[in-house]
Amino acid sequence: MARLTLDHVTKSFADFDAVKDVSIDVADGEFLAVLGPSGCGKTTLLRLIAGFEKVTSGEIRIGGDVVSNSGGSVGPERRRVGIVFQNYALWPHMSVAENIGYSLKVAKLDKAVARQKVEDALALVNLQGLGERRPANLSGGQRQRVALARCLVAAPSLVLFDEPLANLDVHLRASMEDEFAAFHERTGTTIVYITHDQTEAMALADRIAVMDRGRLVQLARPRDLYHEPANEMVASFISQGILLTADVLTGEESGHCKVRVLGSELVVRCRPGERPRAGAKICCRSADIEISADASGFDGLVKRAVYQGGAARIEFSPKAGPDLILHFEQPDPVVLENGAQARLRIKSGWLIPAAGTAF
Amino acid sequence: MPTRIRESRGQEMVLTAAAAVVIVLLSMLPMLRLVKEIVAPGGILSTAAVEAGLRSPATWIATWHTLVVGIGGTLLAVLSGTLVAVLVSLTDIRCRSALVLCYVMPLMIAPQVTALAWLQLFGPASPFLKLFGAAPPLGTKNPLYSTSGIILLLGVQYGPLVFLLVRAGLRKLPRELVEAARAGGANWFTVLATIVLPLMTPSIMAAAALAFVSCVGNFGIPAFLGIPANYLVLPTLIYQKLAGGGPAVLGETAFLSVLIGMIAMAGILAQEVMSRRRDYRISSTSLPAEPYELGRWRPVVQAGMWLLIVLVLVLPLFGLVLTSLVPGYGIALTAKTATLDNYRFVLFEHDAATRAFFNSFWLSIAAAFFAVIVAVPVGYLIAWGKQRWVRLLNLSVELPYALPGVVLAIASLLLFLRPIPLTGIQLYNTVWIILYAYLARFLVLALRPTISGYHQIDRALEEAAQVAGAGLFTRMRTIIFPLVAPAAVAGGLLIFMTALSELTVSALLWSSGSETIGVVMFSFEQGGDSNYAATMSVVTVAVTFALMLVTNLLAPHLPNGVLPWRD
Repeated sequence: MARLTLDHVTKSFADFDAVKDVSIDVADGEFLAVLGPSGCGKTTLLRLIAGFEKVTSGEIRIGGDVVSNSGGSVGPERRRVGIVFQNYALWPHMSVAENIGYSLKVAKLDKAVARQKVEDALALVNLQGLGERRPANLSGGQRQRVALARCLVAAPSLVLFDEPLANLDVHLRASMEDEFAAFHERTGTTIVYITHDQTEAMALADRIAVMDRGRLVQLARPRDLYHEPANEMVASFISQGILLTADVLTGEESGHCKVRVLGSELVVRCRPGERPRAGAKICCRSADIEISADASGFDGLVKRAVYQGGAARIEFSPKAGPDLILHFEQPDPVVLENGAQARLRIKSGWLIPAAGTAF
Repeated sequence: MPTRIRESRGQEMVLTAAAAVVIVLLSMLPMLRLVKEIVAPGGILSTAAVEAGLRSPATWIATWHTLVVGIGGTLLAVLSGTLVAVLVSLTDIRCRSALVLCYVMPLMIAPQVTALAWLQLFGPASPFLKLFGAAPPLGTKNPLYSTSGIILLLGVQYGPLVFLLVRAGLRKLPRELVEAARAGGANWFTVLATIVLPLMTPSIMAAAALAFVSCVGNFGIPAFLGIPANYLVLPTLIYQKLAGGGPAVLGETAFLSVLIGMIAMAGILAQEVMSRRRDYRISSTSLPAEPYELGRWRPVVQAGMWLLIVLVLVLPLFGLVLTSLVPGYGIALTAKTATLDNYRFVLFEHDAATRAFFNSFWLSIAAAFFAVIVAVPVGYLIAWGKQRWVRLLNLSVELPYALPGVVLAIASLLLFLRPIPLTGIQLYNTVWIILYAYLARFLVLALRPTISGYHQIDRALEEAAQVAGAGLFTRMRTIIFPLVAPAAVAGGLLIFMTALSELTVSALLWSSGSETIGVVMFSFEQGGDSNYAATMSVVTVAVTFALMLVTNLLAPHLPNGVLPWRD
């Protein structure tokens, strides 16, 4: 187990920066998820940590040892990291036990000790007795567990997960998620978990690093990421946040300030020290929107109402901004229909900090 | 940290250096030596060799002949290969795999064996024609001893080559393109002419270029068919010059071999230019088109296909077997005259022949074994390596095989005519010079399947071993070799089959004591002992077929297209 530090890490391919100036400090035993849309650089980041790619500039330290900087790079075989690959990467020509025991054999460990360790690892992932099977004869979930056992048998200082659930069907996913959480709890290993699935990241991680176009855009606890996105990208990426232009009317006072949105005033949460400004953005969630019961709020048109069982997803465009689409759910009984006029109200929101302010 | 870094990259450096040394020795050195002989024989810049070559009328005649049979053979191969590929790929013809197997088979048979088989079939001594009393009277000229005979056999030999490439192209043809045209009201022939064939232009062009290079460089067919008619092409001209003049004429033949190389290159360049003129890229991938229903024409087309198989495969081999059973030239085969004496003679009694079997077997095994050992690490560097210059290695390994065999043979002669500097080891006039040439020429046959094997393996399998702490050599041994072994070994078996009855290279490099099967077969035929030549051919063809069967056992573990005869 070890702490992982990325210090201003940049990786360029020709003239394209796949990872740009990323600094993350992962505490010993922490579960960090790296989340982002495809092409955001998260896989490159994993390959940099594992040592398959060399950094262009910056430094990577594992447990205090420098493993990569612009001067050179320690080979992956000497980093003592474990990886669970997206497609498991089990060697088809070896049995399950041989797969798991491979790193012990490479390290020339005593055979009896190695056999015992393999047995223990198999037991840990509930695969007792399957040691002689070939990977081809296992189910998807079982292969995933063999991959887990294989990376844990060497007691790595750091475990990297590369979208490990992407190839599993939905219902296996949930159970594997539980399995990963239990794995983390049992071993206490530092984990870096790459994914594009935010519910997965939210469910598992202590902290989430959101990446976009090679940059780290926010590093925060799942709750904070949802409630206090640092910029527009995070706000709209996480849970389909709705972005609205707002004028900040008052300065921050105990974490709140008054803003004007779509012609009506409301109080939103904000960072300490916010001052009145024009052209700001607020992020609100569909749960923050409701049908106005009184004169407050704004008028508009229901563009589409899609009944989804128990509730309808309403797409609404306000009169003050006909190009905008606000979406929210109306539980049964659904009264809004296509083309209906309605008056909505925003209960709450989050004032996105001005660009350039530190998070 | 710096020491740790150096340690972890050390093995890769060793591997890269070793691969580079092998490839420089086998691929670049002979080519450079050949170029030096033309530009600066004896170390002094001179155009004397070129001028002498250009002055000789024999050069021009042989060049003209080479172009005639090269282009003729290519046209025939492209027409027949494409036709068969279209019929097999796009129609609902039956027994497809069997057809493909039989049609591709001639490719696995050495050209001189094909030549011999056809000669036996149509000559005045033909035991086959004698069966019906249809043989021409003894002393008549065999109709195959002619330009058209050479073109016909080149077409038969390389039609399957075109077939394989065009068929691979047709398999990638998305069915939407065909269906869109059908929906637009085009009938099947219109679709074929306006959609399918135009889209296949790159495949057909590439196939034509390959067939042209093969036809131009072919030695066996013009040697068996052309030399008796005194119709010389460049490879046979080189052979005759060397056979008559020895090392003294090496400079002259070096020029001729470069000339062949240039003609072959011109063919490849022409293909490049033609393919770039329009955009033929197919962007989508999808299932292949539904086969066209031939309906009442199906029996006719099928009968035609099998007739073709009988003509190009069954009859010639049958003729060969008949000849091998006849006790002497011109004797009719009956239950009484049939004998296995020829087999006893070539296998056990004739010194050179038995030696040839021994030599060819161990040369082929050594070449195949070596190629497999080299192909795995070199393939690793080419397929997965990060250095760009490694791709140059790939190109230079292709060169000795892409260029006609005589080119490499002459280059090897030049390289080893004198003892190797510093060591004093003499390869000239020994069997080792043949082994060297085989290694250089056939390495690519194992490398290509190995590289496609690498492309099918998920790189993560290696990376998983790397994070498990395994160094490069350990990974090679425990992970990489077991995974690419089927592809590499299949390549090795292809090498064995090709090298076993090889003639082009060994005809120029052999010496007394280092005869190969091809060489002895050739000298039997030249000496009029067709029966013995046929017998040796039957033995090698039988060995080849047996090996094909064995190789088939590997098929489930191989990438598509590694075994040419598998559909």
